[in-house]
Amino acid sequence: MERRWLFYPYQLWMLMFTVVPLALIFFFAFADTSTYTFTLDNIRRAAEPVYLRVLWRSVWLAAVSTLVCFLIGYPMAMILVTSRVKYRNMMVVLTIIPMWMNFLLRTYAWMTLLEKNGLFNAVVKLLGAGPVQFLYTDGAVLLGMVYNFLPFMILPIYSVLMKMDKSLVEAAQDLGADAFTTFRRVTFPLSLPGVYAGMLMVFMPAVTTFVISRLLGGGQFMLIGNVIEQQFLAIGNWGFGSALSVLMMVLIMISMMFLSRYNKTGGGMYL
Amino acid sequence: MMRFLRRSYAAIIFGFLYLPIFVLIIFSFNSSKSRAVWEGFTLRWYGELFESSSILGALNNTLTVAVISAICATIIGTLAAFAIHKDMRPIEKKIVMNLTYLPVLNPDIVTGISLMLLFIFVKMNLGIGTLLLAHTIFNVPYVILTVLPKLRQFDNSLYEAALDLGASPSYAFRRIVFPEILPGIITGMLFAFTLSIDDFVISFFTTGSGVNNLSILIYSMARRGIHPTINALSTIMFLTVLVLLLLVNRRVAEGKKKK
Repeated sequence: MERRWLFYPYQLWMLMFTVVPLALIFFFAFADTSTYTFTLDNIRRAAEPVYLRVLWRSVWLAAVSTLVCFLIGYPMAMILVTSRVKYRNMMVVLTIIPMWMNFLLRTYAWMTLLEKNGLFNAVVKLLGAGPVQFLYTDGAVLLGMVYNFLPFMILPIYSVLMKMDKSLVEAAQDLGADAFTTFRRVTFPLSLPGVYAGMLMVFMPAVTTFVISRLLGGGQFMLIGNVIEQQFLAIGNWGFGSALSVLMMVLIMISMMFLSRYNKTGGGMYL
Repeated sequence: MMRFLRRSYAAIIFGFLYLPIFVLIIFSFNSSKSRAVWEGFTLRWYGELFESSSILGALNNTLTVAVISAICATIIGTLAAFAIHKDMRPIEKKIVMNLTYLPVLNPDIVTGISLMLLFIFVKMNLGIGTLLLAHTIFNVPYVILTVLPKLRQFDNSLYEAALDLGASPSYAFRRIVFPEILPGIITGMLFAFTLSIDDFVISFFTTGSGVNNLSILIYSMARRGIHPTINALSTIMFLTVLVLLLLVNRRVAEGKKKK
């Protein structure tokens, strides 16, 4: 079949819509747009303490939410794996469905729960206390991240645990290991690829978000995503916005390299 | 005891995952604006929803963009999948596949910004046209990733047999190859349609002033505060995406069973 002619249009498509747009970000990040010369000004500005603090805050919040997702997601994955088949399939579907909901709506749902006249404050009121400021705090952002991304942690761990050779666990038990030792020495190490995949799938969207922080968090310069959004859409400083985007890409690349070294079997696509 | 603990833990997690969605849906039928007190059933917010021209306009944009971009992405993605499957040397394939994966792995905000820069750079007016193009662009990789496995599964000797029996290449393609990969193409199209409806971040950066889709409208409404019509809108969108994805999932499951 001679269909070589199909090859070039797609190459052109990719060049135009994948390569060139990314190249433009690098161009604006490293070029002085008035003289078209190479400059490091934008990158240098991104390294100012104000922005480093924002960057640190983004990484910190994303890391904490990843850790929380891991701590509450791992036991859930274990429960899924050890359930009877009948319940298991239903529970897996129940874990997947929230991922299908637009994350804007999931975040908005928490706004309605946490706000001053929301359900949580109604409960607080019933208990006789005054209104508590739930919304527009770091805690609310953290909650939003954990809520939005928890299924991304549970499912990769679940799929790795499912594929695990159960006879290894039996062998450990036959050799006299108690439940905790079996878990610590056999099950957990074998599930690590799933853990790393889950961490990547939670950390990446959490560190790049600007919606969760904008809707649930306080202040304008909340996370790096918010600063980037602001630079492009409100201030119009493309150079600095691009520099921050490059920084974000580098950050993602580092965390991906760090985690994907262990991620040979986990991950995969979940509809 | 262990069983009780396990059940309660699972119940708590599912409660955490579903409580906000249920509260949102329930209060979309609440006759008062309050989000804490139930004051009677009403369809008023749904009524307001369908009377608001800005919401209907946004709905119209969302659906138009989703349908057209899904169709375009399906055509482009299917052709690209053929090209990748048939025409490429291994090294080319590796480069092309990595570049295809790049937008899937890249954060949405970077993809959105890079496309916005491209559109402004070539002096396109940001609006429904760029929105459409952007959606087509980010949908193409997903179509490729659903069609390509079907092509790999296809047994090429069937195609050769048809040729041996005297079929012309185009006839053999239409009657043998195409029906075999059609399920993959349809799954890819539904997937693209759903992603397009669901997208916020890329749309947010590639649309122009005055052109909203539903996600952008929800964002700007939510930024101003909470209103029951958003609850009504959320309920409708949630149910729509749920039904669509159940369809996609069913197709995928059936495909797996056949295999």
